Amino acid sequence: MSLLAKKLFSFGGAIKNVNKNSIRLSSHFIFHPDNEKPIEGETKKMNMMQAINDAMDITLKNDPTAVLFGEDVGFGGVFRCALGLQEKYGKDRVFNTPLCEQGIAGFGIGLATAGATAIAEIQFADYIFPAFDQLVNEAAKARYRSGGQFDCGALTVRAPCGAVGHGGLYHSQSPEAFFAHAAGLKVIVPRGPITAKGLLLSCIQERDPCIFLEPKILYRSANEEVPIDSYTLPIGKAQVLREGNQVTLIAWGTQVHVLLEVAQIAKDQFGVSCEVIDLMSIQPWDEETVCNSVKKTGRCLIAHEAPLTCGFGAELAATIQEECFLHLEAPISRVTGWDAPFPHVFEPFYLPDRWRCLEAIKNLVQY
Amino acid sequence: MALKCGVSFMRLAQLHKTIRCLSTRTRPETINNGGSHAAFPGVKAPYTTEIKFLNEHSYEPIPIYRVLDNNGEVIDSREEPDIDNDTLLNMYRTMIQLNQMDKILYESQRQGRISFYMTNYGEEGIHVGSAAALSPSDLVFAQYREAGVLLYRGLTVTELVNQCYGNHEDPAKGRQMPVHYGSKQRNIVTISSPLATQMPQAVGAAYAFRRAGSGRVVTCFFGEGAASEGDAHAAFNFAATLNCPIILMCRNNGYAISTPTSEQYRGDGVAARGPAAGLHTVRVDGTDALAVYNAVKKARQLAVCNTPVLLEAMSYRVGHHSTSDDSSAYRSTDEIQKWTQEESPARKMRLYLERKGLWSEKQEAEQVREGREVVIRAMQRAEKEKKPNWREMLHDVYYDMPPILLKQMKQMESHLEKYKEHYPLEQYQDEENTA
Ligand SMILES: Cc1ncc(C[n+]2csc(CCOP(=O)(O)OP(=O)(O)O)c2C)c(N)n1
Ligand SMILES: [Mg+2]
Repeated sequence: MSLLAKKLFSFGGAIKNVNKNSIRLSSHFIFHPDNEKPIEGETKKMNMMQAINDAMDITLKNDPTAVLFGEDVGFGGVFRCALGLQEKYGKDRVFNTPLCEQGIAGFGIGLATAGATAIAEIQFADYIFPAFDQLVNEAAKARYRSGGQFDCGALTVRAPCGAVGHGGLYHSQSPEAFFAHAAGLKVIVPRGPITAKGLLLSCIQERDPCIFLEPKILYRSANEEVPIDSYTLPIGKAQVLREGNQVTLIAWGTQVHVLLEVAQIAKDQFGVSCEVIDLMSIQPWDEETVCNSVKKTGRCLIAHEAPLTCGFGAELAATIQEECFLHLEAPISRVTGWDAPFPHVFEPFYLPDRWRCLEAIKNLVQY
Repeated sequence: MALKCGVSFMRLAQLHKTIRCLSTRTRPETINNGGSHAAFPGVKAPYTTEIKFLNEHSYEPIPIYRVLDNNGEVIDSREEPDIDNDTLLNMYRTMIQLNQMDKILYESQRQGRISFYMTNYGEEGIHVGSAAALSPSDLVFAQYREAGVLLYRGLTVTELVNQCYGNHEDPAKGRQMPVHYGSKQRNIVTISSPLATQMPQAVGAAYAFRRAGSGRVVTCFFGEGAASEGDAHAAFNFAATLNCPIILMCRNNGYAISTPTSEQYRGDGVAARGPAAGLHTVRVDGTDALAVYNAVKKARQLAVCNTPVLLEAMSYRVGHHSTSDDSSAYRSTDEIQKWTQEESPARKMRLYLERKGLWSEKQEAEQVREGREVVIRAMQRAEKEKKPNWREMLHDVYYDMPPILLKQMKQMESHLEKYKEHYPLEQYQDEENTA
């Protein structure tokens, strides 16, 4: 949290005498920008925060029912994704709510039930749990329990997730698997500005309620040439970012960039050819793309920041072994956060970093 | 116990004078069926034939109890608390120490020495006033902006600084972000970031104390922003219905990050919810340490007899929300001035002590210098200490480490054996603390 916001607010000149030992390890990955454009036309350099801002701006402009709200959203939100939108669209469309996540989620469900488009911001994914009941028991089940008479598909819940270098227990979590377990919710994680804009616009237009998890370390560190026009990216579709024929590497969010780097190291150091897939959509997930790849490579590594046990990697592994059993050359490997809360000073040991992933690739190939 | 309660029952009558009575003047006329109330089990209320909606103007605003004026002068001598000189000095010294700690640790975050910090400026009076009025054995559940309570309870600057650095001297083993202090020994439950979660927990702890007949009271601090969470409502309702020995202490500092109270709630603040929930309630000037002291002292007398109390301490968050925040994005610097000058809690307390002949400019300078040195020395030591052994990452998840964690520990051990040059192992202890 503080790193990102600090960059924005950094008091020039105040930083001095940095003790070598106490320099914080802030980045465990190298950002790999997208080269391909999703649509033709003019582009603009944006970081992920600006791309999300742009998607919400487009929505507020084109959809008069759309509203954007959450804790501190009025002044732009603590990560500034809503910056300038209140000035542009007014206080009745972009506003602060009282500090209450269950209220934010329930309010959003109500808006959507009544025909409005609701974009709700939860300040940190770690604080989405007071809203768990509203999301899992209400948003997820509204259509089913009413026989299709009511739904809240017009609800999108945005929440910053993932490691930032110093977030500790409650500013680092990746709760995608909790929500993937609740039939009726769609769960999406972008890997950078281009995917964030396209996927967020898809979520907003989607006929089901969506949980849109934004890896917060990318807000400012990820820059790409983003189309200025509106575009969507399909929900439920993964992207193959690098082709290879010996190991399939699967991730989402920040971890995609770790695997892209690892794929290059594996190539350079051991001549191993890795295919890298960004799942993008956790629920529903793209079984076809994933299984086709694993059938080709015969080996699979899944990596995520969330803990191992019941992480979404477990779901992928179970389906992959079912669908690709006779093609597998080695057991499916998972490199994840450990089965412990996310720790502050031990973050470098907790993350599924490049070295742990690289070692897993070696083991897969040597099996 | 019985005697204590008798005494405080008399004080209760006194307290009623300071609590504003709910005025019934705007209520519609009543029709009493033979003088008795309606028989509904849900409320004891009379009938009426008139529809009259009540609103936030139906009641007078709850007044703010204060002892000192802005010049540190006692307004009504009968309200001057009977506090011995050592305690008064200890209260004020704690305020100075807290200010110095905030100043230096805030700056150290700016220099990249610690990852995060939150200052307490403007709320020092709430901290020392309440801590001095409580018994050290009373359990405290805090939010995060109550470092003065911890200092007053005897946690050392060194202990707090070690937590901020997350070194091996930190009792929480570097697992939490800075300012998430806790001390079993000093009866302060370790702070957790998710807001308001501590509130129903505090009520549960109070219930356990009541059943144990321990005579201990629980105090739970929370912000006016946190008071909007569902857990806050649960806490009020549980405290009242289960008659718990608890003081629910709201720090109303005007902001929840950027959100002003005008967008946080309507009606007469957090205190107005107290009587509605059946809680004894008082609103107090949080910039006046003596007023806070009196209010908490009386609240404790009620709470120890299983009468739960809600206190709303009014103050102003003088600093940025945290080192991640720049409050100039949502408030003017002019607005802040008043609270660093005539409404400064430390200044009021200092003027009061000077008036009593207990404090001088010379003492002030000395105390500031000493307070500063204590922090700098603690930082220099903390910086030299290593972080705990990395294996602490996997301890304390469960009481006994289950097989899956043992397996994960072994995996990481062999990984580090192979890849040690890629990990900052030199910053961490080689061996696990056996103590
Ligand atoms: C459940 C939850 N939601 C959101 C947050 C993020 N957050 C941290 S502090 C804060 C504001 C709290 O304001 P208040 O309770 O008034 O306390 P103050 O900071 O003013 O002391 C917010 C929104 C959180 N920590 N927990
Ligand atoms: Mg506040």
